[in-house]
Amino acid sequence: MGRKTPLFALHQELGARIVDFGGWDMPVQYSSQIGEHHAVRRSAGVFDVSHMCVVDLKGPRVRAFLARLLANDVGKLKTPGKALYTCMLNEQGGVIDDLIVYFLTESWFRAVVNAGTRDKDLAWIRRHAQGLGVEVTERTDLAMLAVQGPEARAKAATLLAAADAAAALALGVFVGRELGAWFVARTGYTGEDGFEIMMPAADAVPAWRRLNALGVASCGLGARDTLRLEAGMNLYGHEMDENTDPFESGLTWTVALEPAARAFIGREALEAIRARGAGPKLVGLLLEDRGVLRSHQKVVVPAIGEGEITSGTFSPTLERSIALARVPAATPGRVQVDIRGKLLNARVVKPPFVRFGKSLVT
Amino acid sequence: MSNLPADLKYTKSHEWVRTLGDGTVEIGITDHAQHALGDLVFVEVPEAGRTVKQDEPCAVVESVKAASDVYAPIAGEITGGNPKLADAPETINSDPYGEGWLMRLRPAAGAVAAAELLSPDDYQKVVAAEGG
Repeated sequence: MGRKTPLFALHQELGARIVDFGGWDMPVQYSSQIGEHHAVRRSAGVFDVSHMCVVDLKGPRVRAFLARLLANDVGKLKTPGKALYTCMLNEQGGVIDDLIVYFLTESWFRAVVNAGTRDKDLAWIRRHAQGLGVEVTERTDLAMLAVQGPEARAKAATLLAAADAAAALALGVFVGRELGAWFVARTGYTGEDGFEIMMPAADAVPAWRRLNALGVASCGLGARDTLRLEAGMNLYGHEMDENTDPFESGLTWTVALEPAARAFIGREALEAIRARGAGPKLVGLLLEDRGVLRSHQKVVVPAIGEGEITSGTFSPTLERSIALARVPAATPGRVQVDIRGKLLNARVVKPPFVRFGKSLVT
Repeated sequence: MSNLPADLKYTKSHEWVRTLGDGTVEIGITDHAQHALGDLVFVEVPEAGRTVKQDEPCAVVESVKAASDVYAPIAGEITGGNPKLADAPETINSDPYGEGWLMRLRPAAGAVAAAELLSPDDYQKVVAAEGG
């Protein structure tokens, strides 16, 4: 058996099917994965993301530490509460993990890293924190709920006292703040508005039940995956890993090569890769024939070469199959995908596929 | 405990088999199987005229999560796939033993006896042993 979040018994009570995810026993779906997906696109859903690893980084030199550790530039974080999405790279420019880091004070930043990479991430962070006096604390005392969808913020805010609710509703996009014992952030992984809320573990079950009572649907990792893929968001281990760099993973926008003087881990390798030019790229695919795109299927680009699907699924919003794929730089607008020996037609599109409930592809 | 009609035979790989009056059989996946797969979004059924061996993969059912093979419970010749499933794969979720049938097959000589199909009770034991 794997590790369990503070909500595990409630998931069982709610009839969830439980699967292993990165060493954790997590709910993949409660009733219908497609129903849960639509609940988030149309009203609101709640996900247990307590398996993700919250790490507090404290010390007078924490900003300098993160400027070296992360490929995006924490120098962009000027307002307390503001968050940054970034890769943490190895010296070869490969992605150790993707994470969100919040600037809380000049001596306190908070990172949220993936569950499946927790141990290697913590080892890497601690190794590089040595000598800078940065204190690294894993917050295993916290649970985390993601409440997502067009009605998510209004419903979740009713769980807070009036003054805190007003403060939560006033949060800008990609900003979080402490409200009593909770940390509420306007972030997510679905392409909808919403909150991710870190709270003491004992608060998680009552919060979930109150959200359910407000009509917020319990949603599992299955819907989380189709929602993030429609939103064109990467999943560590699929779109990128230690053997791929951010440029070929659709994450160029997260790499801050300016200012040129900032020496971050992986920078030299990325500059060499960039100087070589024309590496593969990550694109969206829309299947035009019947079938379902899946990870590891071969993408055939006539006269140019081959690529591979990194994540594929049936899109409940578009009612057709979509994927992210790594393909040669010169790939034109049409490709074929080998599905069980048959070559099916797909169109290359720029993700996201869906944003705020609306299709962005035709 | 999933729904198991008494007039059908079953396989360890979660297919059901119905004997039709004309000497052919109808094949589908069980209620347990459709429930485990979740919402079905795509089904590929075999062409009429194809000859299949026992246990040969001959259809594919895909849920949002994954693709799964369906195996021929009995050797023989496919007489047709269910044409409704192309536009309505979810029929398998809503009516796995009726409108959600997958394919029909004319068994080869001796193939039914060789197939060692399971009774509802024996299939139930298979499901229980899998923790279902």
